[in-house]
Amino acid sequence: MSFKITSSPHNRISRSTSEIMLLVVLACIPGIAVQAVLFGYGVLVQLLLAISTAWLAEALIMRLRAKKVLPRLKDHSALLTGVLLAISIPPYAPWWLIVIGTLFAIIIVKQLYGGLGNNLFNPAMAAYVVLLISFPLQMTQWLPSVSLQPESLHLLDAFCAVFSQYSCSGFSISQLQTGIDGISMATPLDTIRTDLAAGRTLTESLQSPVFYGIAGAGWLWVNLAYLAGGLLLLKLRVIGWRIPAAVLGGLFVCSLLSWLAAADTNPSPMLQLFSGATMLAAFFIATDPVSASTTNNGRIVYGVLIGFIIYIIRKYGGYPDGVAFAVLLANMAVPLIDYYTRPRTYGHKAKGAEK
Amino acid sequence: MSDNSASIRELTVQGLWRNNPGLVQLLGLCPLLAVTGTVTNALGLGFATLLVLLGSNVVVSMVRNVIPSEIRIPVFVLIIASFVTVIQLLMNAYTFGLYQSLGIFIPLIVTNCAIIGRAEAFASKNAVLPSAVDAIMMGLGFMLVLIALGAMREILGQGTLFDGADLLLGDWASALRIELFTLDTQFLLAMLPPGAFIGMGLLIALKNLIDAKLQQRQGAAAGISRARVTGTVQ
Repeated sequence: MSFKITSSPHNRISRSTSEIMLLVVLACIPGIAVQAVLFGYGVLVQLLLAISTAWLAEALIMRLRAKKVLPRLKDHSALLTGVLLAISIPPYAPWWLIVIGTLFAIIIVKQLYGGLGNNLFNPAMAAYVVLLISFPLQMTQWLPSVSLQPESLHLLDAFCAVFSQYSCSGFSISQLQTGIDGISMATPLDTIRTDLAAGRTLTESLQSPVFYGIAGAGWLWVNLAYLAGGLLLLKLRVIGWRIPAAVLGGLFVCSLLSWLAAADTNPSPMLQLFSGATMLAAFFIATDPVSASTTNNGRIVYGVLIGFIIYIIRKYGGYPDGVAFAVLLANMAVPLIDYYTRPRTYGHKAKGAEK
Repeated sequence: MSDNSASIRELTVQGLWRNNPGLVQLLGLCPLLAVTGTVTNALGLGFATLLVLLGSNVVVSMVRNVIPSEIRIPVFVLIIASFVTVIQLLMNAYTFGLYQSLGIFIPLIVTNCAIIGRAEAFASKNAVLPSAVDAIMMGLGFMLVLIALGAMREILGQGTLFDGADLLLGDWASALRIELFTLDTQFLLAMLPPGAFIGMGLLIALKNLIDAKLQQRQGAAAGISRARVTGTVQ
């Protein structure tokens, strides 16, 4: 039996980086499955592209830096970055979009800052923002859920669509974006934004066919699936409860207040929590151990900040959802948050307790 | 005379490479990052800066023994501002399209630290001829960086080179436009300010890499020299 001498905290289970990353990827699987079933198989093609690009880019940089390639690939951090980016972008976005995004995430956001553990920003979200500001058209090419699409795409169709923007039977993506009744449909959050800007009330907006149930057809299930995956990660103690709880709490409180004040121009808290990328952000993206705050109180501040910014962007910003921007802005604030929430070290008095 | 030519070579190396205002001193970053969306803009602003730098360095060098050192900085700024005004009016008259596309960044050449930096650090201490050479070399170094960055951003952003060169050089120059590849969608990041910062970072990294390689080669050529650390050899 080996006698391990470690510093505190004396966890009985100590997981390697590789195991943690792999568990996070595995916990994404329910969400990915729901996305694939409800929004089309494009997400699987994107995953394939993203993961292979991420591995290639990581291997290339490791060769350039004269380090061993295989141990780095085995820490699964490139895999996780690829997965998170692939599930964030529209399922039938053209293939070069995800390739550019993944290359940017791995090479510029992660490796140029010194590799895993040294990146200031969440690689997947920084790449997402790069794609969003560079290719706004392709990045907002969201399709309505499969049940509302005029033509359902098979797995092979999904390949054709991602690589040529036409399905094998010749339907273009913009045709698929159009509903059965010939009206182009966007995501629920986008619909609400457009309708409210046009002077309609929320009740009128909710009559649109993209809403079906509480948070829009399909989006509720996607969010529930990520919630389930996230709760599993919590149970396995891969992530702490503070960041997800703070993100969801921040968003919930902001949207509750505005909803109570003016219920017909503000989406309900439930709608806010279960549409868009809320659950994915709270459990999978904000909890990135490298770019998040490292102190317990700091994590709460960091999470609340993300929730608050998501709300502000959804309500006042130029984009329907603001998870990526929120995470990046909070990443920037992390050094400051960490500085002000440093815990008292044992044996030292709290600051200002006794002069 | 040989001493003079050696100093000219030294000034060239300093301006174009070792002490390049764009890549090493990191001066004048505001125009450097703001107007390098295309090669034409970069060339126009680089040339304007070069002329201003040449004029101001020569004049500062001529009056260097006359102005009291307490008020030298305001005098330098006045000299630079007059040259900027001259350039601005000339561009307004002869290259109106480019004048409009560069906009506020022409008057802002006044605040370019590279220019006042050269006036203070070199022209106010040296004779006219070296000051002129220094200005040309520093200006060329700055212009080359602008052009390199402009080319990077133009190729990535819209797949062309010398787009709109006729604005700077007259109608015949529209033949200079090279379409490297056609993009369905422009890569907006390269054209937006963050693209300029990232491109600049990559250029600096490239320069440092080349320097490191050169040093490595020199070190290898010189062989290993042992440093004696114990006692002294009499």
